Amino acid sequence: MVDVTPADAVPPAEVGEMELYHPHSWWTKYVFSQDAKVIAIQYSATATAIGFVALFLSWLMRLQLGFPGTFDFITPEAYYQFITMHGMIMVIYLLTALFLGGFGNYLIPLMVGARDMVFPYVNMLSYWVYLLAVLVLVASFFAPGGPTGAGWTLYPPQAIMTGTPGGQDWGIILMLSSLILFIIGFTMGGLNYVVTVLQGRTRGMTLMRLPLTVWGIFTATVMALLAFPALFVACVMMLLDRALGTSFFMPAIVEMGQQLQHSGGSPILFQHLFWFFGHPEVYIVALPAFGIVSDLISTHARKNIFGYRMMVWAIIAIGALSFVVWAHHMYVSGMHPYFGFFFATTTLIIAVPTAIKVYNWVLTLWRGDIHLSIPMLFALAFIVTFVNGGLTGLFLGNVVVDVPLSDTMFVVAHFHMVMGVAPILVIFGAIYHWYPKVTGRMLDEALGQFHFWVTFLGAYLIFFPMHYIGLIGVPRRYAELTDMTIMTESAHHLNSFISIMAFLVGFAQMVFLFNLIWSIRHGRDAGGNPWRATTLEWQTPQTPPAHGNFGKELPIVYRWAYDYSVPGAKEDFIPQNVPGSFIPSREPA
Amino acid sequence: MSVILVFLLVIAGFAGWWLSHQRLTAKPWLEQGLAGDFVGLERSALPTAKIGLGVFLAVVGCLFSLFTSAYFMRMGLPDWRPLPLPRLLWLNTGVLVLSSVALQCAVIAARRGQTDMVRLGLATAGLTALAFLIGQLIAWRQLTDDGYLLDSNPANSFFYLITAMHGLHILGGLVGLGRTSIGARTGARPQRLRLGIELCAMYWHFLLFVWLGIFAVLAGWAATFVSICQRLLT
Amino acid sequence: MAIALVLVLIVVGSVLFHFLSPWWWTPIASNWDYIDHTIIISFWITGVVFAAVVLFMAYCVFRFRHREGNRAVYEPENKRLEWWLTIVTAIGVTALLVPGLFVWSRFVNVPSDATEIEVVAQQWQWSYRLPGKDGKLGTSDTREVAAENPLGIAPKDPNGQDDVVVEAADLHLPVGKPVKMLLRSIDVLHDFYIPEFRAKMDMIPGSVTYFWFTPTRTGTFQVLCAELCGQGHPLMHGMVMVDTEQDYLTWLGQQQTFAQLSAPQQTGSANPLPGKTMASALDVGAKVETVEAR
Repeated sequence: MVDVTPADAVPPAEVGEMELYHPHSWWTKYVFSQDAKVIAIQYSATATAIGFVALFLSWLMRLQLGFPGTFDFITPEAYYQFITMHGMIMVIYLLTALFLGGFGNYLIPLMVGARDMVFPYVNMLSYWVYLLAVLVLVASFFAPGGPTGAGWTLYPPQAIMTGTPGGQDWGIILMLSSLILFIIGFTMGGLNYVVTVLQGRTRGMTLMRLPLTVWGIFTATVMALLAFPALFVACVMMLLDRALGTSFFMPAIVEMGQQLQHSGGSPILFQHLFWFFGHPEVYIVALPAFGIVSDLISTHARKNIFGYRMMVWAIIAIGALSFVVWAHHMYVSGMHPYFGFFFATTTLIIAVPTAIKVYNWVLTLWRGDIHLSIPMLFALAFIVTFVNGGLTGLFLGNVVVDVPLSDTMFVVAHFHMVMGVAPILVIFGAIYHWYPKVTGRMLDEALGQFHFWVTFLGAYLIFFPMHYIGLIGVPRRYAELTDMTIMTESAHHLNSFISIMAFLVGFAQMVFLFNLIWSIRHGRDAGGNPWRATTLEWQTPQTPPAHGNFGKELPIVYRWAYDYSVPGAKEDFIPQNVPGSFIPSREPA
Repeated sequence: MSVILVFLLVIAGFAGWWLSHQRLTAKPWLEQGLAGDFVGLERSALPTAKIGLGVFLAVVGCLFSLFTSAYFMRMGLPDWRPLPLPRLLWLNTGVLVLSSVALQCAVIAARRGQTDMVRLGLATAGLTALAFLIGQLIAWRQLTDDGYLLDSNPANSFFYLITAMHGLHILGGLVGLGRTSIGARTGARPQRLRLGIELCAMYWHFLLFVWLGIFAVLAGWAATFVSICQRLLT
Repeated sequence: MAIALVLVLIVVGSVLFHFLSPWWWTPIASNWDYIDHTIIISFWITGVVFAAVVLFMAYCVFRFRHREGNRAVYEPENKRLEWWLTIVTAIGVTALLVPGLFVWSRFVNVPSDATEIEVVAQQWQWSYRLPGKDGKLGTSDTREVAAENPLGIAPKDPNGQDDVVVEAADLHLPVGKPVKMLLRSIDVLHDFYIPEFRAKMDMIPGSVTYFWFTPTRTGTFQVLCAELCGQGHPLMHGMVMVDTEQDYLTWLGQQQTFAQLSAPQQTGSANPLPGKTMASALDVGAKVETVEAR
C-alpha cells in the first residue's frame, strides 16, 4: 500500500462532510485500521480461519457417519458438539461475516465511488467486536464440558439441560454470549454498509446504476439489521433462563426424575424468534451471492446482465417477502396447524422472484461471448447447485410434503446445497475475480482448475445422493445410524461414499488456501483491470487501491454498470466513468 | 409476532416511499451522461450522521418491538401474574420527559449560538437522565423488597429485562452526551457541536418514545387497548 | 468446453440416479399415500425445471463460448419473454401448492371416529397411554410426574383411573382404524416419527400436539425421534406393531390400567427406588422387563 499524504487524498468539495482518517503508524495502518479495505481483509481472514475449523469439524462428522463405530473418540456428545459448532460457524461466523464484513467492506466503497465507509471508526470497532465474538466462540472448545451440542438452532429446553453437552456447563453460555457480541459488532458494520450506499455514492451513481453486487449486499444488510435483533432477543432471554432461572422458554420439566424449578414457559416462542431471524438469514447469505454472481456472469460473458430492472425488483421483493415466511421451518413444530396454509403460500410465492433471477442469469449467457475463466466456471456451478437446492426448497416449503421430509437428511442436503455449496461457490468465484484487485496478482490458473472441479463435482456428489438418504426417512442429527430398520446395507455404503467425497472436497480447500498465500508473491501480474470490467473498483489509479481509493478526484459516473459489447463502441466494455454516448441505435425488442 | 410485523410494515412504508423517488422503473442503459434528471437521486441533503442514527434507531425500534412481541406471546400462557408497577415509575417518566425537553432547549440554543444555554441544557439533560436511571434502580429495589423477584414470574422477568435494556440504551446515550458536553466546554466547532447536540436530542426523544411505549405495555394498557380494538372489530 | 459436457452429464446422471438407485422411501403403511403423490408431483415439476435450466445453460456454454472475433449481442431486457417466464413459473408453483394445501387440510382435520392415543416422550424413551373403558383420557400434568406415576396422570381425575399405561414398551394398534396421536413430552422437544406412516409432529413440553393416520397394513414399525433431544437422541427408538383386531384385543387385555399400577406399590418391592424408572432411561430393554415382571 502506498502512503498517501492528506493533501492528495481529499478534495473537500467532493467528500462533503466526510473526513477521511489518515493513519500515522504501522498499528493504525494495518491493525487498528479504519480503512474499509484493510477491515475487509481482516474480516475475510478471520472468517476463513474459523471456516477451516468448521471444515475440520465436518470431516469428523463424516468420519462417524460414513464409518460408524470405527472411531471411538467420536462419542454422541462429541458428535453433537461438532454439528452445532459446524453449523453455527458456517452460517454466522463464516458466511454472514465474509459476505457482508468481507466483500461488503471491500466492494461497497469502491463500487459506489466513495473514499471509504462513512463511519470508519465504527467500522473498525465492528471488526474488533466480531473478532472478540469469534474468540469467545473458540473459547468454548476449551471450556469445561466443551462447546454446546444443542444443534445450531439451540432449541430450548434441551439447549440448557444436562442431557445436552454444554447445556449445564459453559458451552451454551459462551455460545449465547458470542452471538450477542456478533450481533452488536455486525450492527456497527451494517450501519456503515447501508449508510455508505445511501450517502457515499459519487456523482452520477444513481441507484439504478449500482452494480447488482451492491444491490445484493445493501438489501441483505438492511435485512440483517432488522432480523438480527430477533436472535439477540432470543439469546438474551435464553441466557436469563439458563443463568438466572427465569422461565421465558422453559416449561415445567421433569429431567431424569427430578422436577426442575422452571414453569410455564414456551419453547415455541423461542422457535418463532429464532426463525424470525433464521429465515431472513438464508437470504442475508443468498442475496449478496445473487448480486455477485450477476456481476461475474455479466463480466465474463461480456454481455449486460439480462433484465437488470427485474433483477433489482426481484432482490427487493425477496428481501421484503423473506420476513413473512419464517414459520415454514416450524411446520411440524406443533404450532397452530392453520399457520401452515399461510406460510406455505408465502414460501412458494417467494420462489417466483427467485426463479426470475435464475432465468436472467442463464439468459445473460444466451448469445454472449462466454469466457470460461475460473470465476465464470464457479458462477455456472453456482447456478446448477442453486437451482438444485432451490427446487428441493419447493418440496420443504410445501407444508404437507415437509411432513415426512422435515428433520431428515433431505433437509440437510437441501440447505447445504442452497445456502452452503451455492454461496460458497460464489465466494470462490468472487475471490478468483477480485483477488487481482486486492493483491495486484492473479491466482494460479492450474491450481484454480483443480480446485474448481474437485469442489464442484465433489460437493454435488456429496449432497445430491444425500437427498435420497433423507427420502428413505433417515433423520438428521443422528450420531449413530446403526440399529435402524430403514437403514439398509447399501445406504451405509452410500454414506461411506459421501464421506470419502467430503474428505476430497476438504482437501481441495487446502489447495485453494495454498494458492491464496502462494499467489500473493508468485502470482502473475494482473494489471489494473484484468477482466476488462466496467465497474468503478477496476478504474482505480493504483492496484491495489491506495488509501482513499480514487486518488485526487472521485470518479464521475456516466452510465450503468453493464455496458458490455455496446454496438458501435470500439472495445467490448465501457467503464462507468467514461463520458460520451454510445446509445445503441435501437431499443431491443 | 404482530407487534414486530406492524413495526416492519412501518419501516417498509418508509423504504417504499424512498424507493419510489429513486426511479426504479428507469431504463438505465438508455440514460447516459450527467443529465439534470439525476439531481435528487444522489445522496440526501441531511447530514450523513443523522441518517446513520436514523438507521440505528430503526434497529433499536426493531429490538424493542421484538421484546414486546415476545411479551404478548408469553402473556397468553396461564402462569402469567401481572405485577403492580411502582408509583415511582410515574416520577421517572416525568424526569425523562424533562431530560428530553432540556436537550431540545439545548438544540434551540445551539441554533441561536447561545453557548451558556447550550451548556445548561446539556448538563440538565445529563443529570435528569442519570436521575431517571437511579429512579429505575430504586423501582427495581422496591419490587424485589416486595417479593417480585426476577425468576418468580414471567411478568416480573419481562419487567426487569425490558427496563434493563432500555436503561442500557440510556447509558449508551449518556456516553454520547458526555462526549458532546466535553466538546461544548472545550469549544468545538459550532457546526459540529450543533450536529452533536441534534443527534443526542434525536436519540433522547426516541428513547423517551420507546419508554412511553414499554411503560404502556408493562402497565397493561397496551393489552387492554388491543383487546378493546379486537372487540370493536368483532 | 469440458463444462458443457459436465453440465449435460449432471442432468443425465441425476435423472438416472433418481430412477435407478435403490434408495427410495419405505413401503407405506398408512393412509398418507396422498403425501407420496404430492412428492411425486413435486419431483416431476422440479425435475423438468432442473433439466431444462441446466441443459439450456450447457447449450449456451457450448454455442456461445468465446472464440476469436466473437462479440456478445447487446440485449438489456426482453419484457415479453420475462413476463412469459414469470407466468409459467407462477403456474408451476401453483401446481405444486394447490395439491399440497389440499392434502394439508386433510392432515390437520382429524376424522371424528379416530381413537385417541397418547404418546409421552422423555429422554430417551417412549411411553403410551390408551383410554380405558370410558373411552376418555384423564388429564395430566408434568408436575404430577413421579416414580409411581411416570406419565404424570392427574390422580384425582376419575377419567384417568382406567387409562391403560404402556410404559417404555411397544405400542400395538389395530389395522384399519384411524388413530389420533396426542403427543406430549415431560422434558425436552421430541418428535414422534415412523417413516412408514409418513406423518410426524414435534412434542412440546407443556402442551399437547397431535397428528392422525390410519394404519393400512399389519407389521412391526420402528419409531424414531426426529427432533434433537440431547445425547441419547439417536438411540431413542421404539416399536409400533400394527395388529389384526383380535391380536390387538389380546394385547390390550394384558396391559395394566393406571389404577392397577398405582395400587400395587404397597404389595410390590418393599424398597422402591425413587426415580429408578427414569434414571436409566437409555436402558430400554431392562425397563421392558420391569414392566412385564409386574
